[in-house]
Amino acid sequence: MRRFSSRHFGFFVVSFLICLAYFNLDLTAQDIDFDSEIRPILSENCVFCHGPDEATREADLRLDDSAGALAVIQPHSSNESELYQRLVTSDTDVVMPPPGSNRTLSSSQIELIRKWIDQGAKWDVHWSFRPLVAPSVPDTRDRSLIRNSIDAFVQAKLDQSGLRPSPEADQRTLIRRLSLDLTGLPPSPEQVDFFLNNKAPDAYEQLVDRLLKSPAYGQRMAWDWLDVARYADTNGYQGDDERTMWPWRDWVVHAFNSNMPYDEFTRWQLAGDLLPSATDEQILATGFCRNHMINGEGGRIAEENRVEYVMDMSETMGTVWLGLTLNCCRCHDHKYDPLTNKEYYQFFAYFNQTPVTGGGGNARTPPILPVATKSEKQTAADLNEQIKRVATKLEELADTLATLQPEWEQQARRDSSRMIAWKVLKPTEMSATHSQLKSLDDDSVLSIGDSVPANDTYTIVGQSDLSVITGLRLEAMKHESLGGGSLARSDSGNFVLTELEVARLEQGSEKSIPVKIASAEATFAQGGFTVSDAFDGKADTGWAVHEGGKVDREHAAVFVFKEPITLQPNERLQIVLRHDSSHNAHNLGRFRLSVTDASEPKLDDANAAFVAALMATSEERTKEQLDLLRNRHQESSPDYMTLKAQYDQLSKQLGDLNDSLPKVMVMSDRDAVRETFVLQRGLYNQPGVKVKAKTPEFLPSISGDATDSANRLELANWLVDPTNPLPPRVTVNRIWQQLFGVGLVKTTEDFGHQGEMPVHRELLDWLAVHFRDHGWDVKDLIRLIVTSHTYRQSSRISDPKLIAIDPENRLLARGARYRMPSWMLRDQALAVSGLLSGVDRGPAVNTYQPAGVWEEASFGNKKFVQDTGEKLYRRSLYVFWRRIIAPTMFFDNASRQSCTVKSSRTNTPLHALLTLNETVYIESARALAELVLQSPTQGDSAKINEVFLRTLSRTASMEEQSVLLRGLERARNQHAKHPDEAVKLLSVGESPRDETLDPSEHAVWTGLCLAVLNLDETLNHE
Amino acid sequence: MNNGMSPLAQNHLHLTRRHFFGKNATGIGAAALASLLSRDATSAPVTVGSRFGGLPALPHFAPKAKRVIYLFQNGAPTHVDLFDWKPALQAKHKEPVPLSYIGDRRFSTMTGAVDGKLLLAPVEPFAQHGQSGAWVSELMPFTAKVADDLCFVKSMHTEQVNHAPAINFTLSGGEMPGRPTMGAWLTYGLGSETDELPSFVVMTSISKGTSCGQIFYDFYWGSGFLPSRFQGVKLRGSGDPVLYVSNPNGVSREMRRGWLDDIAAINELKLREFGDPEIATRIAQYEMGFKMQSSVPELADLSNESRETLDMYGPGVEEPGTFAHNCLMARRLVERGCRFIQLMHAGWDQHNSLTTELYKQCSDTDQSSAALVTDLKQRGLLDGTLVIWGGEFGRTPFLQGDIENRAKWGRDHHPYAYTLWMAGGGIKPGISYGATDDLGINVAENPVHVHDFQATVLHLLGINHEQLTYKFQGRQFRLTDVHGKVVSEILI
Repeated sequence: MRRFSSRHFGFFVVSFLICLAYFNLDLTAQDIDFDSEIRPILSENCVFCHGPDEATREADLRLDDSAGALAVIQPHSSNESELYQRLVTSDTDVVMPPPGSNRTLSSSQIELIRKWIDQGAKWDVHWSFRPLVAPSVPDTRDRSLIRNSIDAFVQAKLDQSGLRPSPEADQRTLIRRLSLDLTGLPPSPEQVDFFLNNKAPDAYEQLVDRLLKSPAYGQRMAWDWLDVARYADTNGYQGDDERTMWPWRDWVVHAFNSNMPYDEFTRWQLAGDLLPSATDEQILATGFCRNHMINGEGGRIAEENRVEYVMDMSETMGTVWLGLTLNCCRCHDHKYDPLTNKEYYQFFAYFNQTPVTGGGGNARTPPILPVATKSEKQTAADLNEQIKRVATKLEELADTLATLQPEWEQQARRDSSRMIAWKVLKPTEMSATHSQLKSLDDDSVLSIGDSVPANDTYTIVGQSDLSVITGLRLEAMKHESLGGGSLARSDSGNFVLTELEVARLEQGSEKSIPVKIASAEATFAQGGFTVSDAFDGKADTGWAVHEGGKVDREHAAVFVFKEPITLQPNERLQIVLRHDSSHNAHNLGRFRLSVTDASEPKLDDANAAFVAALMATSEERTKEQLDLLRNRHQESSPDYMTLKAQYDQLSKQLGDLNDSLPKVMVMSDRDAVRETFVLQRGLYNQPGVKVKAKTPEFLPSISGDATDSANRLELANWLVDPTNPLPPRVTVNRIWQQLFGVGLVKTTEDFGHQGEMPVHRELLDWLAVHFRDHGWDVKDLIRLIVTSHTYRQSSRISDPKLIAIDPENRLLARGARYRMPSWMLRDQALAVSGLLSGVDRGPAVNTYQPAGVWEEASFGNKKFVQDTGEKLYRRSLYVFWRRIIAPTMFFDNASRQSCTVKSSRTNTPLHALLTLNETVYIESARALAELVLQSPTQGDSAKINEVFLRTLSRTASMEEQSVLLRGLERARNQHAKHPDEAVKLLSVGESPRDETLDPSEHAVWTGLCLAVLNLDETLNHE
Repeated sequence: MNNGMSPLAQNHLHLTRRHFFGKNATGIGAAALASLLSRDATSAPVTVGSRFGGLPALPHFAPKAKRVIYLFQNGAPTHVDLFDWKPALQAKHKEPVPLSYIGDRRFSTMTGAVDGKLLLAPVEPFAQHGQSGAWVSELMPFTAKVADDLCFVKSMHTEQVNHAPAINFTLSGGEMPGRPTMGAWLTYGLGSETDELPSFVVMTSISKGTSCGQIFYDFYWGSGFLPSRFQGVKLRGSGDPVLYVSNPNGVSREMRRGWLDDIAAINELKLREFGDPEIATRIAQYEMGFKMQSSVPELADLSNESRETLDMYGPGVEEPGTFAHNCLMARRLVERGCRFIQLMHAGWDQHNSLTTELYKQCSDTDQSSAALVTDLKQRGLLDGTLVIWGGEFGRTPFLQGDIENRAKWGRDHHPYAYTLWMAGGGIKPGISYGATDDLGINVAENPVHVHDFQATVLHLLGINHEQLTYKFQGRQFRLTDVHGKVVSEILI
């Protein structure tokens, strides 16, 4: 029951009268109506304990269905009905509801129960679960205000309440209302003039058709659908990574504009991927299911996330199409509606076939669909075509080259002497101060010995048949004996070569001539141990190769002699390798030395490999060597290389294009069916009994028994099957809510037992049947509603009695008047000022926002970078929606964190401050002022009218004129005293201003325009 | 005000404003104002004394506290290092956790299996303080000094092991976003004591240079399914304290006043013509917005605070966005009739920074938390103000990290036992309630579940937690779900 406070005059009277009104209705009615009068009492007070949830059902008594209730009801005899007796008994042990349950029935409610029982206790299933059948259109006495069947239903109810519909709103109000409702934008003065001057009898219907054809229609419709679909541009949660789901958003706009039938709209979004030969567009539509939040927090268990996502998908479906709150059934049977815990998981099973694992926070978690525009698709096709052509040519040329390969190799061998070729220096003598050295088959040298010396020095002597030697190459090689495949016997496998000395050694004598090293290069040197340290004459510096962890790759260094040397026949080359560092056992474990006669010795492994391949016989060649030779041959062909460059360039272009495409997360099912279990208490790791995908018992079935193969497409087909009574009712109600601010069923989100019993239930059913049987045609439905007299009524409260009897306008004896959603207010301001951008697609934009909002919410992790130019003025639909901190210029909107079918509408001082102080509103006021000041109209009064015409589609009244003329006078005085302030005000917002206008006058009018943008009428759908 | 305006015009505006907001109680503006603050589909408006809005049946009984300051320590402070003194933990330092203490308890994936985890002694010594002899770590010297004003609840436990769900659970009673938070419930139920400032205010801060801050999601102060006007209003640490509270550049308060009067005058014409009571609400809404434009800067202006007071709150108090500053602001909000003030301070999530960042966290919060209690007490405000200090769970008495590397010691999330303290507003001062086992792992006596804590807070404000409900999606919801028991032992 409502509670009253005598201190509050208005609402006391209102509430009191409304009670009286309904009360009178009840008492004079012939029969008690079970649906509207009895069920709500039982549902509110009894069913929580005596309801469908078997687990908590008290006394095994069920009062949500007739079979159960008959246990305590004797139809026609309240005296013999325990139900009634328990209500009226004075015995506190047996009275119902029990004291302390926080539930009580008023005496009038108890009286209703008595009467209902005495009248026979007629019972029916809950109204919204009944088959959907069109009720007959009622006759009304007075048909003067009836334009279509909607009015007949509404006015028949009004008759019963002794009310009359309001007259039609004036033309100017109507075009503004209709434009805002159907496009979210106000009409331009020209559009208003055209409408007013159109004397055709169907001028209004023409207007409706024009608006429904406007591209802005789809944008307006899309907003509410985005709220429903919890659409956002980020994941939510800790990381809140950016996603690219916007092609799906653009698809929604397109789907509404092309008037896609709602059954198809449903099928595509829930199961487009499962349609036969699904197109990209059908797959794109399934992005709907994937708009849920993604939790990438560290420490989260993947399966827990996955289950959460699947629950979100299932519950969103339940709210959007069935108008049922499935989430109650995560843990137990529904307390009020005949939906069981098990059936919840049967729904869950449809979505449980997702390949998503729940791990990580990737904002493009596969399955994903790259989405290309028409021109991008064309570009990609062109590129592919070109790539194919070039590839063919390359292949042909490669074939030709293959036949020429032996000849080329022969020539290459001849030329190879000019290439840098390292000749291995075969050791003739070798010694070490501590370990023993052993020569291996490949002429490398291995250090062996039982003990591992801390330091060591190796001396190698070898002979070369090169006439000139210009450099020495040292290879540090891996060996099994070196810590299982490292370069030295040290713990890290690292060595430090502190000095490398080269000398010419005269045979037979001890005479040696040092060879000076000019420079060196190495494959790698660790910090502080460069290769030049190995010939600086210092024992405490050297070359080393540690990269973190155990050294596990081979290295090499080339030492270039200062002067080329020529060994005399009696001379040998001597190389001394010193390991004198303080690091224990950092001695080369295995190494090989080579020499070259190249003019510029280089560490050129590729060439060395090439020469080696070239010299090998064709039998000896490995696959790598064959490939190497073929590639070298191809590279030697200028024609081939030109083609190859083309090919690479084209491939890169294609790759870049693919990378740049937005990736939309979409649906697909796993190949192997994932089993579904009832999750006890909704916990991912508490599986109970196994279930299969199936629709619930209390609604008509179209598929028979549950099977493993039941999929989302079957679910979608079931939703839009003509026998399913809920989706048409729920959908029609949501559209009605868009046009009237409140649904025929106020609880848009709940059509169950605890939802509102609609005053105009027959109207809702009639509309739902019409919608279902006329091809689920959304535009047709809207046309039908907005051409009714009911919609076209004035929202003026002509008779104070009206607000007393029906404060919330549930009976619809007047037009809907309510504060517009904040996104529409923003769009309206941009539109009336001419700032609105026409760009209607693409990635979301960052419009004005006070500094630091994202940063403060994310500890600086998310930096807000405001866009510039045209992007600042796009429709609100295109504003970037960060889930952890929604755009600050919107209020009372869905959070986009979970499915929302109804936004709240509240009035706080903060909202007033926003529309007075937010940049878009000030800038719009400034731009609107500019338009008016530039216009040829002369005089304050005429210009005030122009502001009104642009904003409210009407001129100002005499009284409004006098208020604002005084306002202008006052503001001019104020600005005259502070001339500098004007420019400051005019500098708000980035659009350029007309600097030929007098700044003070421009500022004065900006103030006036901002005031007009904040008038109650401007803020309202009227 | 209104300089340079003709006397006639001034008179007209005064008439208009007086008509709406004058002393005349039946003035339509006063009614609209009340309805603006209170009205929704399920509640009729009330204006009791200086109270705006709220449910007529509330409070259910005489409240001990009229206001709440919740010093929420986001990230979970370590109970065994700060308030829950465990000599056995000290003695058994480096020993493996006895698995008999763990059972099948689940920890975060960072810890995984507890087997082989080592116990970690408190990082700093404890001492007893005050008449009450409360044990407090040397990390909290200022809190130690006011220990006799505090009630330590050492047997808190929760159901969530990750931050966001646990914070939601503490503040809204549900682990997922979507339920109203405590401040929203209280504003919805009890209305406001001010029409010049928001009734539910949130301020956030984070220790400088911390590496373990958790994001503040706006659903931590959300209104869930309650109308959105009950959601917390964020007082910001930079820029406008309240978003959009400042007039644009070039618009003086006087200019704004003028245009607002014009808007009101035209709206009044509309109201006369259309008869829609929402228009009266609109007029009141704009008038309140204007009031807020002066009351918010006045709130943020600390020039009339004495040096002594400022110093008491500690370094950074004059710097918006610090915890110290927010504590002082909390007192100023309390003085101005604000109902629920939620401070959120991030940085307590010391997985590997117990010997570094814990010290910073304590020095950032200790002095100003204690100062707030002292300041409220000195001004006679503590009796009517409930101060709460605590996080979303505790931290494991065992180590996360390498026992040999003290610089990287840490503790993981621990939902099974933790400590919070409360002061003022009908709470017994100078007591400890509940206890953990000898290692601080499990609650050993007088467990206090999060729902019990919530029930107790509502009780202190004169609310039966089972009876403050809201119907949504066909079900009556409440802060404590279907649980909760008032902890009467800690009440005066």
